[in-house]
Order: sequence, then structure tokens, then C-alpha cells
Amino acid sequence: MKRIRFGYVALVALVTVLAVPAAGVSKGTGLPTSVGAGEGKLTLVAWEGYTQPQWVKPFEKATGCQVAVKYAGSSNDMFNLMISGGGGQYDMVSASGDASLRLIYAKAVQEINVGLIPSYKDFFKAFQSPAHNTVNGKHYGISLQFGPNVLMVNTKKYGKAPNTWAAIYDPKNKGKITIPDNPIQIADAALYLSKTKPALGIKDPYELTKAQLAAAVALLKQQRPLVKKYWGLASDQIDLFKNGGSTIGASWPYQVNALKADKVPVVGVIPKEGVTGWADTWMLSSKAKHPNCAYKWMQYITKPVPQAQQALYFGETPVNRKACAVMDKISKGSCAQYSANAPESFYNSIKFWKTPISDCGNGQKNCTDSKAWATAWTQVKG
Amino acid sequence: MSVDARATEGSHGGALRSLSRLSWRRPGLKTFGQISAPVAAFLFVYVAALVALLIQSFWTTDSFTGQAIHSWNLDNFRAIANDPYPTIILRTLVMASAVTVTCMLLAFPYAYFLVRVAGPRLRLALLVATTLPLWVSYLVRVYSWRLILNPDGALNYFLNRLGLPDLNIAYTNWAMWIVFTYIWFPFMVLPVYAALERVPYSLVEASADLGGRGSTTLRRVILPLAVPGLAAGSIVTFSLTLGDYIAPSLVGGPGSSLIGTVVFESLGLANNAPFAAAFAMVPLGIMAVYLVLMKRLGAFESL
Repeated sequence: MKRIRFGYVALVALVTVLAVPAAGVSKGTGLPTSVGAGEGKLTLVAWEGYTQPQWVKPFEKATGCQVAVKYAGSSNDMFNLMISGGGGQYDMVSASGDASLRLIYAKAVQEINVGLIPSYKDFFKAFQSPAHNTVNGKHYGISLQFGPNVLMVNTKKYGKAPNTWAAIYDPKNKGKITIPDNPIQIADAALYLSKTKPALGIKDPYELTKAQLAAAVALLKQQRPLVKKYWGLASDQIDLFKNGGSTIGASWPYQVNALKADKVPVVGVIPKEGVTGWADTWMLSSKAKHPNCAYKWMQYITKPVPQAQQALYFGETPVNRKACAVMDKISKGSCAQYSANAPESFYNSIKFWKTPISDCGNGQKNCTDSKAWATAWTQVKG
Repeated sequence: MSVDARATEGSHGGALRSLSRLSWRRPGLKTFGQISAPVAAFLFVYVAALVALLIQSFWTTDSFTGQAIHSWNLDNFRAIANDPYPTIILRTLVMASAVTVTCMLLAFPYAYFLVRVAGPRLRLALLVATTLPLWVSYLVRVYSWRLILNPDGALNYFLNRLGLPDLNIAYTNWAMWIVFTYIWFPFMVLPVYAALERVPYSLVEASADLGGRGSTTLRRVILPLAVPGLAAGSIVTFSLTLGDYIAPSLVGGPGSSLIGTVVFESLGLANNAPFAAAFAMVPLGIMAVYLVLMKRLGAFESL
């Protein structure tokens, strides 16, 4: 008893010590109206592959901002890196939609002035003020790249690709299905249910009431015995499609292209129920030490050339419509391959990842949050 | 200059000498001085971390910001009783026991062969071969098993050549059982080998002189003397299986979550450190019981 109390006191003391300097730093309000001289340095938290020398080197040369990168393994990693030690250790983060709202509400990132980013006006409309990085008209970062979550099919072994997500819930495909190992996958089931069981009343696959979440979980539990593998890494699914017996699964364009490059006859289709998708945003830490270099980075990384380079390197779609021509110049036909020239309606139809929160967006607070989703996902996998 | 030097040396030596005199007069103080540093390190690194874990397990997190809410409650422990956690705990226990028993069954005859049958050169070669996998990264070993067990992998290739049907055990609990057994095998062989090596040959001869047949000698002389080694090995294989989350995620399939998976996902995906802390108490409890059992079997005498 005594020892526990001592431990508690020590911990509280430690937390207090850590919290005091954090509380002491406060930022003045008001957005910058111009970008000053660079500070010579820029620290980033990024997905691996997002800061390749081919587009980072020209930036360093042009601005004098030396880029230092910390790669994150998951959205949760990113979130923790940005809030640990009171923040301020990193200037920017390339957050995905399942982390961006959390970063905003935890006040780990600050509002930016999109007027300072020339390429912003060239973005597809869907990425100028998307719900995953813009709250009440305030922009908490600049959209970067995105990708749809497609239905991948081996056309030689499976046959003609189906036009519906029903195929991954169909018992006749038992042992051939691969599904991403991520709680956000519940949204895919919810999207499917919103079309096939309208009685449930699912409007937004990321805003589910308890009953709607239970329906999605029930569907996913039925799917479990059919699943060959819940994959954690993209390379796992590539492996499973090459020699693991999987012929159909929920996937990303990245795997489709990697397998095609290896001469595996796969296609990635967008089924009639629509798709979910992920979208990344460069966000500025609320305690950024090098804000000018950060703005210079946002100005640079949204230009057509680095947008196209990154899209082709990583297998994703740029948000700048002018990147299309550059993509085709680098690799013929790649613009259409990654849907970088689709009509606006295509981008609007993708349900992009959002952090599930208890606030349903319609004033009601009865939605299930990301913690409930994580628990539900553990139940699904069993 | 020489005077100065001598003066410093003298005062220095004096302080040291008085310290040594003090430690001679107070032996308790001497012991304290010698071990206080490692004890402090132990307290801060091990015990403090465990206490922090215990304290944290009574908190909850704000699901949105991931920050801990410091209100004391037992919610996390109550949640452990909810579906699917009891199934996962049970599955982990069964898996850890199965792996441990399999390792024992394989390691005992192998270690016996090393000690009694193999010549010195073969013994050395086999011991090196046993520990060889430990020099290779854990991940490489698990991935190589994936290549073997895949439907188009080496296993089915050889089965087909022998005219046998395909065995589709990739991404199942069977695959996990094989991989765990393979990976922890050296940790079982070494203590069993050490235990058997300590059995004097004269005991075997004495048993034979008293009319004990080979099987009787094995059962009543050698096996009881090997028990501490088996128990020591089992502590390693059992506890490592309890905590592992990499093998389930790489070679397991649907319905292969273990305790380690839940802890990892609570931290890595859900950002729910308090629940992870509470759940980490489960293997801690299991191991405490297990260690008490193993102590009865004399496991700690051969560690």
C-alpha cells in the first residue's frame, strides 16, 4: 500500500514536471500572412516512402531547409510522436484520415493559411476542404495524396472480376479472401450494409450507432471463417496473391500495381456500392520550431512535379490536377491508371477515412468511437 | 612539487583509508555500499515500470486524444471478462502448453542422444546446429516458415512428390504451433542437455546392477533427474509463447489472436495503454502460478 502510494506520488510529480514547460509555451493567435526566411531545418514525421531524395533534395537545395525525417509505422505511432513530450519535437506530420481529426482535437496541430500555398487552387475540389482536415472552415493542413480501397481480383484464377463487395462475404470464396487487419475496415462493411440493408439507416460509414456497429460486426464475424488472412502489411497480401492461394480481397492500388509488375493477372475494381479510401494531409505542429520551412515545404510538395513523383513512387493519387500531365511524362498512361484525371464526381464518391468519434455530426452524441471500433475489431478477428 | 604531490596523495589516501576502516567496522554498511547501485537500478527499471503498469491499469483513456484520464476504476479488468478476451486467454494457454509439451517431447530424446550416444565431435556439431537458428533474425525464421507452409510452398511440393494430398495449414493455429515449437526449441534443448549431462553414468550402471531394465532406468532414474531441466526449459517456452505477437500476426490466420496480440493492438491500434496494462496483468498472473508450480519441480536449481 505504502509503496503504491509512493509510486503514484512519484508519477504525479513526474507528470507535473513534464507538463509545466509545455503549459508555459503558448502561441499567439492569428495566421501568418507571409512566409519569412527559412530556419534552415525541417523535422517531419512521415510514412516511409514519402520523403524520397528525388523530391526532397531539390527542396533542400532551393530553400536551404535541411529535412530530417522520422518514419512512423502506424497512424497511432504518428499521433503519439506528435503529442509526446508536449509536442514541438517535430514540425510536420503526413497524417492519414484516421489520425488527422484526433490530432486536431488534441490540439497537436495548428490552423494554416492555405492562401500562402499557390497550388491549392489547382487541387480537386474534394481535397480543398475535406472533412478529415478541415473543421468549421478552418484548414488544419494541406491535402497531399490519396488512394481508394479497391476490390482486387486474380482474373485468371477467380474469373471475371465481380462488380460488388458481396463477393468478399460469399461462402463460395471460402479460404480465398484477404482483408486488411485494421479496425477502420469496419467502415467497408458499413458502406456495404448502407447499400444492401437500407433499413439500418447508415448514412456515413464512420458515424455508426451501437446498433449499426453491431450489424457491421455481425457481418464481419460471418466473414471470418471465409478469410484466408487478415493482412497487416501490403507485402503480406502481395505474397498471398502470388503463392498463398488468395484470389480476391480488399486492397489498395499499390498492391494491384506491384502484382501487375510481377505478371500476376490481377485487376483492382471499384464495385457498385462505392469504396472507402485514405487521404493524407501534411499537418503543422502547434509547437513547430521551423514554421517558415514548413510553409515552404507545403508550397513545394503540392507542386505538380513532386506530386507526380510521389504518386508514382508510392502508388497513390495526387490531389493536384496539374500533376496528371507530369505523371504521363514520367510513365505513359500512369495518370489514368491512378485515376488522377477522373471527373470530380469520382473523388466525391469515395468515403475517405475519418476517425470515428462519439459525435455523430448531426448534433447527437450516440455514435461509437475509435476505442469501440478497436474492441469490435478484436472481436471480429476472434 | 614533490611535497605538494605527497600532501595530496596523503589526504586522498587518508579519506580512502578511513572509508575502508568504516566499512570494516560496519560490515552492513559495506554490503550496502556495494549493492546499492544495482539495487537502485533494479528498483527504478524493473519495479517502477511494473508499478507504473499497475497504476495505469486502473485508469481509462480519452478515446479521442488518447490521453489518460486519471480516475480510479476497475473497468479495464471488468472488460477482460467480455467476449472475446476469455477465448483469447484460453487459446493462448492451450497454445503455450501445446508448444511446451511438444518441445519437451522433441528435446528430451534429442538431448539424451547428444549426451549419451553422440561422440564429442558430433555433439559439438549438433549443439552448434541447434543454436544456429538463434543467430538468424526471428523475422527471417518466421518468414521462411511461411514459404514452407504456403499452398504453393515446399511442404506441398514434397507431399505431391510422394503422392500425398496437399496439406493446407498455412495461416492457421497449426502453423502457429509448428513455428512456435521450432523457434523455442533451442531454449528447451539447452537446459535439458545441461541436466542430463550432470547425471553420472554410475547411476545408470547402479540401476542396471540392481536389475533395472533400460526402460525402468529411463523412467525411474534419468527422467526424474532431467525434470529440473525440462521445467527450466518450459518456463522459457511457456512465457515466450504467452507474450509473442509477431508469429500470430505473420503465420496465424483468422481466429489466431493471442494475449500478446491483444496487448499490442491495444497499444498500437487503439492507443488504449490502460487496457493494455490491465491485460498484461493476465500473463503476469499466469506466469506467477506457473513459476510456483515449476519451483516445486526444482526448476530453479538448474537455471
